[in-house]
Amino acid sequence: MISVNQLLGVSLVYVAFLFAIAFFAERASMRGKGSWLRSPTVYTLSLSIYCTAWTFYGAVGYAARSGMEFVTIYLGPSLVMIGWWWVLRKLVRIGRAQRATSVADLISARYGKSNLLAIVVTVMAVIGVTPYIALQLQSVTLSLSIFSETGQPDSLSQQTAAFWVAGGLVVFTVLFGTRNLNANERHDGVVIAIAVEAVVKLVALLAVGIFVVWGIAGGIGPMMERIDNSSIGEWSMDRSRWAALTMLSAAAFLALPRMFQVMVVENEDERHLQIASWAFPLYLMLMSLFVVPIAVVGLDILPAGSNPDLFVLTVPLAEGQGGLATLSFLGGFSSATSMVIVATLALSTMVSNHVVMPVWLSRQAEGAQVSGDVRNVVILARRASILMIIFFGYIYYRLSGGGAALAAIGLISFVGVAQFLPAMLGGIFWRGATRWGALAGLLVGFAVWVFCSLLPSFGPDAILSTAVFEQGIGGLRWLRPQALFGIEGIDPTVHAMVWSLSLNVAVFVGVSLVTFPTPLERLQGAQFVNVFDHSTQARGWDAALATSEDLMIMAQRILGPADALSLFRAEAQRQGLTGHLPEPTQGFLQTLERELAGSVGSATAHAMISQLVGGTSVSVEDLMAVADESAQILEYSNRLEAKSAELSRTARQLREANQKLTALSVQKDAFLGQISHELRTPMTSIRSFSEILRDTDKLDQADKTKYASIIHGETIRLTRLLDDLLDLSVLENGQVSLNLEQGNLNDVIAQAVLSAGGARSTQLRINHVRSDLDVPLSTDLDRLRQVFINLITNAQKYCNAPEPSLTVDILQHGGGLQVVFHDNGTLIPPEARALIFEKFSRINDKDGSGAGLGLAICREIMARLGGDITYEPRADGNAFIVHLPGQAALAAQ
Amino acid sequence: MGKHVLLVEDEINIIEAIQFLLSREGWKVDTHSDGATAVETVRTMKPDLVVLDYMLPGKNGIDILTELRADPEFARLPILMLTARGQGRDRELAERAGVSRFMSKPFSNTEVMTAVRDLVQLAQ
Repeated sequence: MISVNQLLGVSLVYVAFLFAIAFFAERASMRGKGSWLRSPTVYTLSLSIYCTAWTFYGAVGYAARSGMEFVTIYLGPSLVMIGWWWVLRKLVRIGRAQRATSVADLISARYGKSNLLAIVVTVMAVIGVTPYIALQLQSVTLSLSIFSETGQPDSLSQQTAAFWVAGGLVVFTVLFGTRNLNANERHDGVVIAIAVEAVVKLVALLAVGIFVVWGIAGGIGPMMERIDNSSIGEWSMDRSRWAALTMLSAAAFLALPRMFQVMVVENEDERHLQIASWAFPLYLMLMSLFVVPIAVVGLDILPAGSNPDLFVLTVPLAEGQGGLATLSFLGGFSSATSMVIVATLALSTMVSNHVVMPVWLSRQAEGAQVSGDVRNVVILARRASILMIIFFGYIYYRLSGGGAALAAIGLISFVGVAQFLPAMLGGIFWRGATRWGALAGLLVGFAVWVFCSLLPSFGPDAILSTAVFEQGIGGLRWLRPQALFGIEGIDPTVHAMVWSLSLNVAVFVGVSLVTFPTPLERLQGAQFVNVFDHSTQARGWDAALATSEDLMIMAQRILGPADALSLFRAEAQRQGLTGHLPEPTQGFLQTLERELAGSVGSATAHAMISQLVGGTSVSVEDLMAVADESAQILEYSNRLEAKSAELSRTARQLREANQKLTALSVQKDAFLGQISHELRTPMTSIRSFSEILRDTDKLDQADKTKYASIIHGETIRLTRLLDDLLDLSVLENGQVSLNLEQGNLNDVIAQAVLSAGGARSTQLRINHVRSDLDVPLSTDLDRLRQVFINLITNAQKYCNAPEPSLTVDILQHGGGLQVVFHDNGTLIPPEARALIFEKFSRINDKDGSGAGLGLAICREIMARLGGDITYEPRADGNAFIVHLPGQAALAAQ
Repeated sequence: MGKHVLLVEDEINIIEAIQFLLSREGWKVDTHSDGATAVETVRTMKPDLVVLDYMLPGKNGIDILTELRADPEFARLPILMLTARGQGRDRELAERAGVSRFMSKPFSNTEVMTAVRDLVQLAQ
């Protein structure tokens, strides 16, 4: 017979063996030689952590108690793997695309990275899985107690055994799962150890089964007879329970945190799922193959009252097969430990990522700067979480008394974690699902589960009093935990499942319909629901091997081939490598990120490098930052475009202004040159002749007089020029104030003729027509007279006819009056006609006495008076026409 | 002396003054007032020196100067240019065109006479 000590020794050797396998697997994986570690076979075997001690020991007990109903626990997952293969594929694709690390991470990511949701899911998962952990403790403790009973009684009491088993599991899990911290939450060593355990438990169960069928019953035929004769053969199907339990196990298979861990997080290649979809149901079939024979034989040969959950152990022991019993014990041990390791790993990831780290980070004023610091905190948080979770399991085990059937405990957990399913499936198939819908559904479903399933599982009067079971809370009969809303007579498990899930779904859908998703949720919702539209086939390469090359390709796209190559080459040289591909060290990645950030923005650069290196996950915040950046870049470029348009507009205006200025400057230069010339010319004569008069002694009187009169004439010319300039300047600047008077046009003409003739005696004969006509007008009479005088003196100066004459006539024209000054001189040359009213334009100025300002002044004055002055060449001479405005004409009527 | 000076100027009073000053020192002075025909007159008269006004009817002094300098015969002819425009840029233009001496109006009589004497001496 085997002693407990021997058993413990065997267990320790087995554990050491598992450690060795895990250790070598991790080392191989770190060296990049671990591709076999990630084969479809290993993936399929790792899925077998669905089969826990419950399946190993409990299925036989279940069969002994409830007949074929145990099949539902295998049927659910098999149906999911075969029939809902596409749902799993979507889940895996989304999980990988979003780099989800847990169920909580997935759900929170779907609903806008809601941390509240993550915390709720984490807490629910911890509470929901606690009975399950307790189940494992109970099974290992029970199996140990079998050996102690048969060997050395009382050497280990069940309570202390459970405590030591729990402690052992904590150490085991901590050493296995948190030995090193992988940012992608993958554990090559753990997965390979689980695969080995999967083989051990299958082999153990098959060995016991074969021994039972051929060793005890004597073959398949006698075995079938035994089954037909047993109570199991008389079993009849409870349809509602069957359907409900099948559905429940299917739901749990999808929603269990540890299943998510192995199925999604540890998934290396999506294609592995294809093989697992038939290989895993096959594994389940093998696991269930001998359940009924073992149960039947156990019931037959063991004394009544034996715990059927332990038939797998007690049948070989009863037949004196110590070795087989030990193998069986190892199978059960494997089932329990693998479940606890992966479940606590998955849960501790949730607890540390969603509860501990946010709290820790928010307490760090400046965020975590030192990465080693964060690693230590994360590892510590994980280890504490593992301890806490297993401790919870132990507490549950103690409180529930450790006497319940294994399957019953497992089903409680199943109903608990099944509450995640509506939010998960709703999230990946329904874009209308919202954060508040998910939260409300989860909370309602969970509350119903706690009330109807978890609390009653401690037994009457443990937490809920018997009164509550019979009368409902506060005497409200519709609030009884096993008969909600007064519906009685349903199996408690089915009751809890139907009510919790249906209320969960109803509230989830209802609240989702009346609430609106945030933009982030909408974005994530689209990413989840349309994951196959967005993502390409998930990559299957080993990050370390492909990174440098990929980084190079990416850098070339963004920085341009030449810059990227020189950057990489420089780094490779710095690292002492030949060629242009450096090792992707932390320092180089940071340099590269900075370089890329210069081109595409920091968030995008970070997301890109993270994608390629596969080190950190690209969070929703990263994606939003990328979107923000793109929006900013877009806006910036729009602004630039607007700026550029504005600039070119301004440039055009400047060019036009410059052209105007240049033209003005040319005009100004010409004007200044003209003025200078007009001023300097008389001054030259004055200076020269005054010097002659001063310096020449023997000058005769006639010359003296001549020179003095030249000086005199030139000073008059200068004075007139200055007067004209000032006059013109005043007129042009509009500073002139008009002095309106009532008068008679003919009087003004007469005065002008008189003053022009008075100023200079010439031969010009002036013919003033219609001089007796009374033409009253109201205008600035002095200014009008100035125009007339100018025109008359011009005629006096320039009219070159042998008998020069000037006719002044008044005409009614349109609404106004015209005063025509018509001489009989030579016509002004056509090319000069356009210029005569411009400043300094002189034609045939023989004596040089005019500065060429007279007609310019006339034009300015007429403009001020509201009229005009024009030139008309006539057949017999030049005509200057002064147009007087309508107001004057009115006065003339 | 008896050197021959051509005075190209359109202001009658200035012609009078310069003519008086040069004749008094024994120069032979011819006058011409039209810019357009000034180059022709120089070619015909072949003076020892030209006093050239800047602003002339028909063609301005710079154009006349440029045309004369383009002719090898007059490349070294002493030319004194007078201007009443008084702008710095004009002096620059004139010097680039090859003027021998450039003076602004109003000038002092002594200055003009000294310039004329210097230029003729230099040319010999």
